[in-house]
Order: sequence, then C-alpha cells, then structure tokens
Amino acid sequence: MTSSMRRDSSPWRADTALIWTLRLLAAAAAGIVLLILVFLLIESIPALRTIGLVRFFSDASWYPLSDRFNMAPMMAASLLVTVGAIALAIPLGFGSALFCRYYAPRWIAGAYRRMIEVLAGIPSVVFGFWGLVVLVPLVTHSLIAGILILALMILPTVALIADASLARVPEELIHGSAALGLTRWGMIRRVILPAARCGLMTSVILAVARAIGETMAVLMVCGNVVQMPKGLLDPVRTLTANIALEMAYATDTHRSALFVSGLLLMVIVGLLIAMAEWISKGRIYA
Amino acid sequence: MPDGVSRQGQHHRIREMLAVTCIWATAIVVSLTFGWILLDLLRHGLAHLSWAYLVESPSDAGRSGGIAPIIASTFLIVAVCMSIAVPIGIGTALLLAEYSVARSRFGRFVRRSLDALAAVPSIVFGLFGSTLFCIYLGMGFSILAGGLTLACMVLPIFIRTAEEGFRSVPDEYRRGAAALGISRSATLFKIIMPSAMPALVAGFVLGIGRALAETAALIFTSGYVDRMPESLFDSGRAMSVHIYDLAMNVPGGGKSAYRTALVLVAILLLINGSASWLMHRWVRHGAT
Repeated sequence: MTSSMRRDSSPWRADTALIWTLRLLAAAAAGIVLLILVFLLIESIPALRTIGLVRFFSDASWYPLSDRFNMAPMMAASLLVTVGAIALAIPLGFGSALFCRYYAPRWIAGAYRRMIEVLAGIPSVVFGFWGLVVLVPLVTHSLIAGILILALMILPTVALIADASLARVPEELIHGSAALGLTRWGMIRRVILPAARCGLMTSVILAVARAIGETMAVLMVCGNVVQMPKGLLDPVRTLTANIALEMAYATDTHRSALFVSGLLLMVIVGLLIAMAEWISKGRIYA
Repeated sequence: MPDGVSRQGQHHRIREMLAVTCIWATAIVVSLTFGWILLDLLRHGLAHLSWAYLVESPSDAGRSGGIAPIIASTFLIVAVCMSIAVPIGIGTALLLAEYSVARSRFGRFVRRSLDALAAVPSIVFGLFGSTLFCIYLGMGFSILAGGLTLACMVLPIFIRTAEEGFRSVPDEYRRGAAALGISRSATLFKIIMPSAMPALVAGFVLGIGRALAETAALIFTSGYVDRMPESLFDSGRAMSVHIYDLAMNVPGGGKSAYRTALVLVAILLLINGSASWLMHRWVRHGAT
C-alpha cells in the first residue's frame, strides 16, 4: 500500500486531485453490485419474515394473491431448462470451437467465427420472437421449446470462450503429439482437450450463469404455466419469467417474494462466478 | 502381429472419420439454424418495411403505423446510459490500467465486483432499477430510470475494453512524458487517452450494442408508453420492448414485430461490425 502511495504521489496538485477522482469513480463502479445485493436483501426481508423460507417449498402452490408461495415448481423449471440447454450447447459449442481450430479451412473458420460473434449479438427478445413464431408451432409452448432457444442463445458463449482457450494450448504440445504419430482426433482427445480443460470448464460455467438468468426468450416460448414439469412438452414457468410477468402488479408480500426469487438467482449466479474464478484463477473474461 | 496392427489402424481410421463427420455436422447444423433465423427475419421483415415505418407513429397498438417515437425513446435511453457509463467507466479503467492500485486490495475488489456485475441477470437489474430509480429516487417509469439502469449494466463491458486499450499504449509514451516533466494528469489526458481512442470508441460501441439488445431490465424502468417522449422523465418504449409487446400482448402484431426486429438486428450488426473493425484496426496499429 505504501509503495503504491509513493508511486502515485506527484509534485502536481492536479495529479492528487485526479487520482482521488479516479478512486471515487472506481469505487462507484464497484459499489453497484453491492448496492444491488443490498436492495435485493432489503426488499426480500418482509417476505422472508412473514412467509419464511420453508413455505417457499411447502405451500400448496404459487397463488401469491391468496397467500400461497410455493416456488419449487419454478425452481425446477429453471433448473431443467438450464440443464437441457447446457446439454445441447456443450457438444455444439465445443464442436464449433474444434471445427474453427482444427477442421475447417482457414477462410471457412474465419467466416464461421464471425457468424458465431453475430449470433452472440442478437438480442434475447429476437430469439424469443423467432422461437415463438417458428418453434412454438412445431413443439407448442413447452419446456423443450425453452431448452432449444436457450441452447441456441448460450452456444456463442460456450463456443467463443472454448475457442479462445483452445488457442492458448501451447504449440509444442500439438507438434509433439503430431510427431508421436497421433491421429487428429487422438490428439484432440488425449492432448488438446485435457490441456484446455480449465478454459472449457469456465466456458460451461459462464454459460450456465447466462442460461439461468435469461428471461425474455424463455418467457416467450415456455408457456408460463406454474407446474412441476413432467415431460418435455409440458408448459412451464421459470423463476425469471415469473418476475417479469408479475412484477407489474405485485404489491407487498407478493412483491417481496419476487425479490426473494431475484436474490436466489443472484446467489446462484454469484456461486457460479466464484467457481469460474476459482477454476481459471483470476480473470475470467480474458 | 501385422494382422492386429492393421485392425487397430482400421479402428483408428473409422474413429477419425466419425470425428470429422460429427464436427462438420455440428458446424453445418449451427450454420443452417443461424441462416434460418436470419432469412426468416429478412423474408418477413423486409416484406412491409418502408421509409414510412421509420418516421410514422404507431397506431392500433402497433399493428400499423411506424416506430418513430420508439426509435426516439430508444435513442434517448441509450444516450442517458452512455453519458453516465462513459465517465465512470473511463475513470475506473484509467485507475485499473495506469496506476499501481491494480494489484492492491482495492484494485482486486474493483475487478471482482465488475466481474460479478457482468454476470448479474438482466431481470435482476430490472428489479434493482425499478426499486432504486423509480421508487426510492422518485423517477417513476421514465427514460431516465431506464438509462441509468442500463448504465449499470454496460459498465463492465465498457471498462474491460477501455482498460485493455490503455494497457496497450506503449510504455515509452509514459516514460517520454515523465522525462519531459509533464504532469501525470496531462499525460493521461493528452497522450494516453488519444492513443487509446480506438479502444474507447470500440468499448463505447459495444456498450451501445448491449444497451440496445436489453429488454428485461427496461420493462419495469422505462416502461411501455409508445408516445413521442417530451422529456427524460416521460416513459418511453424501447425497440426491444416493442418487439416483446407486439409478440406477446398484441394479437396480430407479428408482422410489425418482424419489421422492428429486423431494424434492431440491422442496427446491432452495424454496431458490432464497426466495433470489431475498430478493434482489429487498433490491434494492427498497436503492433506496428
């Protein structure tokens, strides 16, 4: 700390003013996420106090207007949509990254990567709309519609981070395994994938974080019926969709219960980010 | 055992063929789906798109008429968002890149908070913004509240790009300035910032792209009103919210939703394309 103070000190008064301004701005930027947590907590407290944690799982169902607050079906829906989307996005995303690095001719790889970047920039509401007019007529408002759309949306996250971590695999490893006479697939399976496993895992974790928090697309295609999903064709409502649907008219305890679900999302995402940071030991968005 | 070796070789060849097939199949499936989305948008969106659509007001709940007030509201929301995010973002990026705090406890705290902020789901931003800005600060449903909420959202992406920009300015510039006895603040504003300008612009553009794509955080902050906004305290409907509303709440709004979606995607492609062009140019410029 003292060494940094000394290095930042300067004979110019303007410099001292500047560093304090910068510190203030940085503190403001860093404070936002704390502020979000504080607000979620404050707004959640009334519901946690009057309803209590247990009733979020033990109530008859989710009828917030007649004091029934069972969130379990929506948690299950969020979980299933996320798991399904990840199960689809991992092979497609890793396959895309491997395709770009080791299978495609150079110009195709460049074009393909550009396409994935474009896909990453398409707003979730547009994905949701496309799902609504194209997928829903085929598979109805259902869990599977949500899974398909969400898989498509997180595919770029998986593919781009996986691609970047494949790029960081040392050349010597690849040359060495080629010299040992490994086939291309043998090399990928035995050498490259193990070498890049930290980056690949990070890509999956960040994709999970993105999937569980996604709102608009699942809201538009999942049907939004609060029920324990029994099959892929059942309509479901996720936690995020529930917030978006009910926030408009929720008051008092009901509104506070929505903040509890927001807090729950934050906690899950926070744990995932901590895990990603722990795996990649430092900067996760490199 | 020549027989065993050849059988093993054949085994390898089959597995190799299988891998090639699977990977190419993946790429083809992804490309086809992508093409499907884009062609679908183009086919249905271009059908009725005209200049009038961009300059007229919506009528009949958006089924007919245009999207002029919606474009205006979107522009105002993004303008509020960026005018807050840019100063805070540049300040934070300068501190992280140019001062030795980066490795101090404060620097690590800032970085970690920003990583966390980048991962906050957009609906949570919506909850946060509607509580803090709309209720506690009394802004109600307004363009200002929406813009401020989005400012919190785009900060991490802007800071990350700007910080990388500052870091890639060669150290000789700083040493040269120090040797000439130029103050630290003058060095930052007159030398470092202009050299990092392409990265700053790229971060700016990426931030706009992120803000334009956002829906969930805006529904409860800037609201649904589709009239032409008269001030920043009016509620204003963003393009993404317009698409959502037409698709979900307006029977027969599909055609108009397609058109708005096409306009939005076209703007985003332009924006993201120019950001990546800037980044590439700047990387090449930095290398020489």
